[in-house]
Amino acid sequence: MRPVSYARATSVAEAIAALRAHPDAAFLAGGTTEIDLLRLDVVRPNALVDINALPLSRIEDLADGGLRIGALARMSDVAEAPAVVERFPMLMQALLLGASAQLRNMATIGGNLLQRVRCSYFRDVASPCNKREPGTGCSALDGINRGHAVLGTSDHCIATHPSDLAVALIALDAVVRTEGPRGARAFPIDEFFLLPRDTPHLEHPTEHGELVVAVDVPAAPIARRSLYAKVRDRESYEFALASVAAAMDVQGGVIRAARVALGGVATKPWRARRAEQILVGAPAQRDTYARAAREELASARPRQLNAFKVELAQRAIVRALETLAETGGPQ
Amino acid sequence: MSRLIGEPLPRVDAPLKVTGRATYAAEHRLPDLAHAVIISAAVGKGRILEIDSRRALGEPGVLAVISHLNTARLPYRPHKGWIDPTVGERLHVLQDDFVRHWGQPVAVVVAETLEQAEHASHLVGIRYEAEAPSFTVPDGESIEPQGGYPANYSRGDADQALATAEHRVDCTYLIPRENHNPIEPHATIAQWDGQRLTVWDKTQFPTNVAEELAAVFGLERANVHLICPFVGGAFGTSLRTWPHTTLAALAARHVGRPVKLVLTRKQMYFGTGYRPETWQRVRLGAHSTGELTALKHEGIAETSRYEHYIEGLLNAPRFMYSCPHVTTSYRLVPQDVHTPTYMRAPGAASGMFALECAMDELAHELRIDPVELRLRNEPKIDESRNVPFSSRSLVQCLRTGAERIRWHRRRAEPGALREGHWLVGLGVASATYHTLRNTASARVRLRPDGTAVIETAAADMGPGTYTSLTQIACDELGLPPEKVQVVIGDSNLPRVPPHGGSQTLSSVGSAVLAACLAARSARQERAHSGAIAGSEIVATETSQPGDATKRYSMHAFGAVFAEVMVDVDLGIVRLAHMVGVYAAGRIVNPRLAHSQAIGGMVGGVGMALLEETHIDRRDGRITNANLAEYLVPTNADIPVFDAVFLDEHDPHVNPLGVKGIGELSYVGVAAAIANAVFNATGKRIRDLPITLEKLL
Repeated sequence: MRPVSYARATSVAEAIAALRAHPDAAFLAGGTTEIDLLRLDVVRPNALVDINALPLSRIEDLADGGLRIGALARMSDVAEAPAVVERFPMLMQALLLGASAQLRNMATIGGNLLQRVRCSYFRDVASPCNKREPGTGCSALDGINRGHAVLGTSDHCIATHPSDLAVALIALDAVVRTEGPRGARAFPIDEFFLLPRDTPHLEHPTEHGELVVAVDVPAAPIARRSLYAKVRDRESYEFALASVAAAMDVQGGVIRAARVALGGVATKPWRARRAEQILVGAPAQRDTYARAAREELASARPRQLNAFKVELAQRAIVRALETLAETGGPQ
Repeated sequence: MSRLIGEPLPRVDAPLKVTGRATYAAEHRLPDLAHAVIISAAVGKGRILEIDSRRALGEPGVLAVISHLNTARLPYRPHKGWIDPTVGERLHVLQDDFVRHWGQPVAVVVAETLEQAEHASHLVGIRYEAEAPSFTVPDGESIEPQGGYPANYSRGDADQALATAEHRVDCTYLIPRENHNPIEPHATIAQWDGQRLTVWDKTQFPTNVAEELAAVFGLERANVHLICPFVGGAFGTSLRTWPHTTLAALAARHVGRPVKLVLTRKQMYFGTGYRPETWQRVRLGAHSTGELTALKHEGIAETSRYEHYIEGLLNAPRFMYSCPHVTTSYRLVPQDVHTPTYMRAPGAASGMFALECAMDELAHELRIDPVELRLRNEPKIDESRNVPFSSRSLVQCLRTGAERIRWHRRRAEPGALREGHWLVGLGVASATYHTLRNTASARVRLRPDGTAVIETAAADMGPGTYTSLTQIACDELGLPPEKVQVVIGDSNLPRVPPHGGSQTLSSVGSAVLAACLAARSARQERAHSGAIAGSEIVATETSQPGDATKRYSMHAFGAVFAEVMVDVDLGIVRLAHMVGVYAAGRIVNPRLAHSQAIGGMVGGVGMALLEETHIDRRDGRITNANLAEYLVPTNADIPVFDAVFLDEHDPHVNPLGVKGIGELSYVGVAAAIANAVFNATGKRIRDLPITLEKLL
């Protein structure tokens, strides 16, 4: 592991200032991915600013019935919070289906959103990778790409965004709050994740020294009956091949409102807006779901080993919506 | 006192293990210890043009960067350990500028701390002249392996019999490369004292490590001492002595200090063996009543260009079922890879996957129940050798298993059982593994205080050698377990075969038995002669197999039944239940045997549904060389398994009447699951693992 200096910040302002002073410094939260990447020589900060002592781990009610989740709240704590369990079951499920119990006890909400991709070429410094070293090429395009993305890809990067949590948050229209050199900012979560395009090394609209401090989840009565369904090769400790965060309001057999987001198949947490458009106003039945799923995946660009994801994602959407319909609409 | 053999004695080493006092290879503390990190080749084939160590050597704490440029040529005297391939020569490390496979060690960085060595390893600049490696299984140029299991076997005329068979099955099966992935990484600590070398090295074969290092460095065998009291899982990957062990010793000599070298998880995929990728074609001919008339089984496996790794891929098909016309042929395709090695149930797990799936295909074709089809082909003798089996209880295993899994629920027509969106299927496969026994020695010391010490150069990678040897000694010496101490894992102790191939209890157990008998009679003699008590009685005995192996065919048998659920839309396969029924002679410790059988079955689930080493064939890099992406089953994937051992008395195999169980419990699992998936879905998946995209 490369030598790094280490400092523990005692306030948000101090943490931001510490990073501004070092162009190659990085924040350290749970460290569950960052330390791995440091040891693999994939990320190369020369200073770590430990933010674990900052008062950013609270889960608070917002006036509208939503939640403010501190960026340093641990995945396991958020999954157990009664407000999350009651109001946003899809969020709880996404958290519990992610990582392992040990990792969930360490990993933070902010860190989860900022985690790097699992592409094996990104994580192997002996491989060309546009995300790690811009301009060197994408090894995954014609490599082992079974786990890679089919939506939001470019000729420069097809790495899948690995977070489960972010998929639920994007379905819930969450807002990512930051503090940084330009003061406090708020990003609608869809805008917090950038498509790879021809700049896959740029993943977020934030600047150096900008710290995620909280995630706001606005009130959403529809989410009280919601789910997060994850399809993967094994039952635990694995990233999704396809996942669906979904909520649906059905009245009199007609879909009044719907939230659908996809994971495991896209380069960023994927809000399935096209599918939602088709669902709303249509009868709550299997062929509606299938049509919505088909339209959403119409823009998919599969590679050799991940072509099955186009079909799998559609079937996962249908399954999720059928399950929601069977268990009844929102209360 | 009551006999301990047959009793579920808890592991005698359990307290040490659960309290962290069992010391594994990397945990021995030595003063002045330096740390080594291997730099692995980043091309799949080629030559090293330049190694620039200047930046690395300028870093704090760095003691050396060792490569072929600055290390002496090592003697590498000829040495063939039991487990080394007969044809070929081991990789000689840091001896030239050739890169033979991706990940080959090309340099070693030694530093005061592990972190310093890791960091410096990233700063060494290596330039290569790269060539494209070739990966051509199964179509590439193949060779007929020499010096191991026979490449070709035949009785009768299988081609003719196939041509005239009433019913035929002709199927091709693919099994990808698999890696062992024990939790304990390979690790070596090496310490020199003049021409004497001591190594703490993770191994399943203590004496061979000492012998190989003596050969590599041109030392007297007596001057090399291997110590390895505990092994944290191995599954075959620690049978051979791999390059990192030599590198640790080389580095220690280079810097004049003891050196510790621990492989990273990733490095464990590039130089410590693996189950080779195989291609198999099975053709069966049969009467409509089910009797086999012809069996033709071909297999092709990968090996390296510098060694021919041979395993008994096609041994079982020759004796498993009664069949007059049988041909097997086994070929190797050399590739730009490192040498494969024994991995749990080597050969048998792969070969029996193909045979047992083909039997299921035949049963379906003939509309005969798969259990019944096997019963109808039960042989009276080993038809490949024309000798009787020393014991064979396959029929009882099949019948017991069918009862326990409630086989009567199974519908012959695929897809007939459904629960919600889950299709339910049942599948069966037979299992077998040959019963090995080889010459082994053991020493017993009866101390004046009434305790006994058992000494033998065996290993215990998890099956419970410490415990089972304690039980044997207790019974023979009439002592309680707390008065018997078993000492193993040391190359200076009496010699035994490798701790693999399910032969430890049959070989070492027999030696311990013999040594205990000798010690007991020495004690009696002393008592009769009225000699002065007070000194220790020492008895060393060597036990070797007699000619029973010529008169009998010796194998353990079993039957595996799987119940799977397949998501009708999503293709997800989940196990609902599995039953393994085994007949493996005497069971010395039912608690440990059950644990080992469960472990083997879980391993088989991995082979069936999850495990595959992903090789990027453009350059030979492995893209899932970690435990997050090389998938093995988690607890959540495994329901409660039913593992049962039938009573079986076999007076021929060895004095204890034991057969091995470690390999046996792995065999047949993948086939039983694949057959259950067919029963659930009507889809035959003939290439492992059975991942969901194959069922969409």
